[in-house]
Amino acid sequence: MTWETVIGLEIHAQLATRSKIFSAASTDFGAAPNTQASAVDLGLPGVLPVVNREVVRMAVRFALATDASITRRSVFARKNYFYPDLPKGYQISQMAFPIVGEGHINITLPDGQQKGIGLTRAHLEEDAGKSVHDLFEGMTGIDLNRAGTPLLEIVSEPDMRSATEAVAYARYMHSLVRYIDICDGNMQEGSFRCDANVSVRPAGSDTLGTRTEIKNLNSFRFLERAIDFEVERQIDILEDGGKVIQETRLYDADRDETRSMRSKEEANDYRYFPDPDLPPLVIDEAFIDAVRETMPELPVARRTRFIDELDIPAADAQALCADRQIADYFEAVFEGRKFAPKLAANWVLGELFARLNKEDVDLADAPVSATLLGDLIARVDDGTLSGKLGKQVFDALWGGEQDVDAVIEARGLKQITDTGAIEAMIDEVIAANPSQLAEYRAGKEKLLSFFVGAVMKASKGKANPAQLNQMLRDKLKA
Amino acid sequence: MSLTPDDIEKIAHLARLGIDKDALEPLAADLSTMLDLVEQLQAVDTEGVEPMAHPANATLLLRDDVVTESDQREALQAPAPATQDGYFLVPRVIE
Amino acid sequence: MHDKTLAEQAALLASGDLSSSDLVEHYLQRIEQHNEALNAYLAIDADAARQAASAADEQRKTGNAGPLTGVPIAHKDIFCTSSMPTTCGSRMLQNFVSPYEAAVVQNMRTAGMVTLGKANMDEFAMGSSNENSFYGPVANPWQTDRVPGGSSGGSAAIVAARLASAATGTDTGGSIRQPAAFCGITGIKPTYGRVSRYGMIAFASSLDQGGPMAQTAEDCALLLQAMAGHDLRDSTCSPAAVPDFSAELNADLKGLRIGVPQEYFAEGLDDGVAARVNEALAVLEGEGAILKPISLPNQGLCIPAYYIIAPAEASSNLSRFDGVRFGHRCENPQDIDDLYTRSRGEGFGPEVKRRILIGAYALSAGYYDAYYKKAQQVRQLVSDDFSNAFAEVDVIAGPTTPTTAFARGAKSDDPVAMYLNDLFTVSANLSGLPALSAPCGFAEGLPVGLQLCAPANQESRLLNVAHRYQSVTDWHRQIPANFA
Ligand SMILES: [Mg+2]
Ligand SMILES: [Zn+2]
Repeated sequence: MTWETVIGLEIHAQLATRSKIFSAASTDFGAAPNTQASAVDLGLPGVLPVVNREVVRMAVRFALATDASITRRSVFARKNYFYPDLPKGYQISQMAFPIVGEGHINITLPDGQQKGIGLTRAHLEEDAGKSVHDLFEGMTGIDLNRAGTPLLEIVSEPDMRSATEAVAYARYMHSLVRYIDICDGNMQEGSFRCDANVSVRPAGSDTLGTRTEIKNLNSFRFLERAIDFEVERQIDILEDGGKVIQETRLYDADRDETRSMRSKEEANDYRYFPDPDLPPLVIDEAFIDAVRETMPELPVARRTRFIDELDIPAADAQALCADRQIADYFEAVFEGRKFAPKLAANWVLGELFARLNKEDVDLADAPVSATLLGDLIARVDDGTLSGKLGKQVFDALWGGEQDVDAVIEARGLKQITDTGAIEAMIDEVIAANPSQLAEYRAGKEKLLSFFVGAVMKASKGKANPAQLNQMLRDKLKA
Repeated sequence: MSLTPDDIEKIAHLARLGIDKDALEPLAADLSTMLDLVEQLQAVDTEGVEPMAHPANATLLLRDDVVTESDQREALQAPAPATQDGYFLVPRVIE
Repeated sequence: MHDKTLAEQAALLASGDLSSSDLVEHYLQRIEQHNEALNAYLAIDADAARQAASAADEQRKTGNAGPLTGVPIAHKDIFCTSSMPTTCGSRMLQNFVSPYEAAVVQNMRTAGMVTLGKANMDEFAMGSSNENSFYGPVANPWQTDRVPGGSSGGSAAIVAARLASAATGTDTGGSIRQPAAFCGITGIKPTYGRVSRYGMIAFASSLDQGGPMAQTAEDCALLLQAMAGHDLRDSTCSPAAVPDFSAELNADLKGLRIGVPQEYFAEGLDDGVAARVNEALAVLEGEGAILKPISLPNQGLCIPAYYIIAPAEASSNLSRFDGVRFGHRCENPQDIDDLYTRSRGEGFGPEVKRRILIGAYALSAGYYDAYYKKAQQVRQLVSDDFSNAFAEVDVIAGPTTPTTAFARGAKSDDPVAMYLNDLFTVSANLSGLPALSAPCGFAEGLPVGLQLCAPANQESRLLNVAHRYQSVTDWHRQIPANFA
């Protein structure tokens, strides 16, 4: 039998606010335990939640970016359960009326295919604290600094059919939330976490199989491997005539397997009900319009514009738009310049990316600014520099130099385009290599590159390569 | 509607509420009487009536995203039964 | 000087004929003398009270004192205080000293009032007799074998026995008005959201409302003025403007339409209570008001709806009392579940447990729609009854309670019989409306309360009607013989 995999993802994106969702304590990562936990975060008696406007704005930004409906009257609800890092004995979340309703996005798969993915909903909720098990003998330590950190839980439809698609979707979301400035996307710090709902069914069936939920996948690699493992596991069970149990599972990266965490699942009855401390959240058109005005151009629209208006190849446009900082940098490189944006794309995706990767530097920390790179490309474009010399200048800029023309001047890197000068060098080389000349003229045309190399060497690499080529051919023919 | 001591035990677990064994029976009786009291709601026709969660037509006011709380760990942990190195302590939780 | 009303004391302080220090000293002495018989105060901070009094006297000399500067007050032990423990009547919070102060406590202090101490109450405000306090029951000053009502029973007994001229209370289903009626004092539950709930330990968040308890409507107007106002720390606190509650106290009642719900005068209403309330209505008629019979058809559903909604919210609100960050923790917990169940099992009393259980049950899978959602729909129907009634009348009047104060122990084995005490009071909480209870006479030596209810934000109207009534009657002047 062939099996079809069905995957839906729940993503918890930590909203990049300064203060918490219901209190005015800081959301900064890494503070000493419980120094950023206010009375509200600790759930002390008598204190009450007050909603941060910024989380509402961010949720609306997300809705606008995913073609989703915005609930005009959404409701915070309590999810009741006991856990030591859940201070109030309930999590404030949203249940029946989430702030973001149905939405839709298009993702690009690795083979270039487009695929539409439905979004079920996205709701606001608070994060829990942290339990520390290895610090105290026989005891667990509770740090509530993270308690009350705002989360947007993004729930997709079960529209993915493979781990590859799931990863493409997760990467899209990861890029999108950073694009619209609502989440820093830092997966190590837990700012972007995925839960995967996975089931399999006989190919062609239109009923869903029993699903399992794999919790807290905090890298794309783990997401992919956990799903692959889980799909195999479920198929094995079904092919042996068994039944998949609906349960929550954890991915163990060390053993590369998922395992049941049924213990925590036992008898969960969350007793959701509207939080009586928080009246309904009413959002009006003016609020939405104000948010809309601050929206950046979205990746899909930007990519289309790059392709259609800037004549950038589709794959390059995709790469440039994967990250808002990159796209912004790219646009800054050619802004107000005479050269083609395509030339800028080649430099950004080529030399700049190679260097960033090689030295493991973030774009934000790159020593070559967009303006500086623009200066450099302008000198290539106007013929002052050859591509090769341009790379030497790039090296200098990466090393901290701040003036392209000064680098060219100081290092004498200016390209030689004077035909007389190039001709003199060609004549000299030809005169010095009579036997090669004879061979060439006898039909060994391969030797052209020998001559090009020799003249280039004589020019210390500065001869304009196109000119040099043309002139050499003419001379050697004669 | 009547509840058994067994039901009470289940609800008590949900609420993490320790109940003495010999209190289960009387509690089941009390809660059953309470349920009898509220049973008359079932007869009311509420077709199309919006559930009312809050009095009045209050809507939520929102707060600016500003950090105004500073570290008050010492004061806030003063009523805590067990702390160490800034952590609240509980018996080892097995994940 | 304890026979004076708060307004009279304030006037004496303003004229310089009385000092706050003398007044506070006088009350401290009376508390010393009488509290043992009543168990109304749980904590007294005499030193702090003396200091605050002399500071108030100093402030008075500088000429920038407010109307309440130097007047003593007792706070229900549900309001967090940072200088005294806040127990909420529970073992769970024995010795709990809050790191912050309730908005109500702050507001009264800002107004210059001197805190005498904390008032006993039913545990977590769950009860109508004050027999549910872990710290022992409170006696009714009129007959000490009777209950003072609850849950603000300590506050009511304090004012009735003149151990302070004012106290704060909270009212979730009648917890200000019912004890006010039982103890022969005046108390008002303001419109939901009028008074901040910040620092007021939650019982049922959508019903809870703090308010003043004192001898007269005039006193309550002064107190509510200081207590009310928008607070950004409570998302349910109303941003509506706060009027001058004393401005219309003396307004004429001529032409005022008073609705009298037929449902309040049905079976179960004690004859003596009915007689006193009818006499009070006649007095108001004599003042020019027009009595109109009205109907609140869903009145009978208030108690069932309330006893789903309040416990459901409570079951969740009380989850934070888990022995981890504050409050009672059991000895030697074996594991985390043992810590939770034993700490909560030991920390909470029987009535609190009953309500947590029934609330958790009503919210649990499979029962939510039948219980919780149904109760919320009925809540809407009850609220609609009031909207309809207030299209015809300005104020609704009736008895506060079906009976006068009952004997201690008479209903403690029958929770449902106890709940029926709230028969006439819970509707105002369900609909969020302001309601007041004022003393209107005695039946067999025990006080009877007249309840008045008005549309949202019209506390001034209630205070006006009660004040006019108190201008021509003197029930509010009566003091229990043993505390004269
Ligand atoms: Mg969730
Ligand atoms: Zn979540």
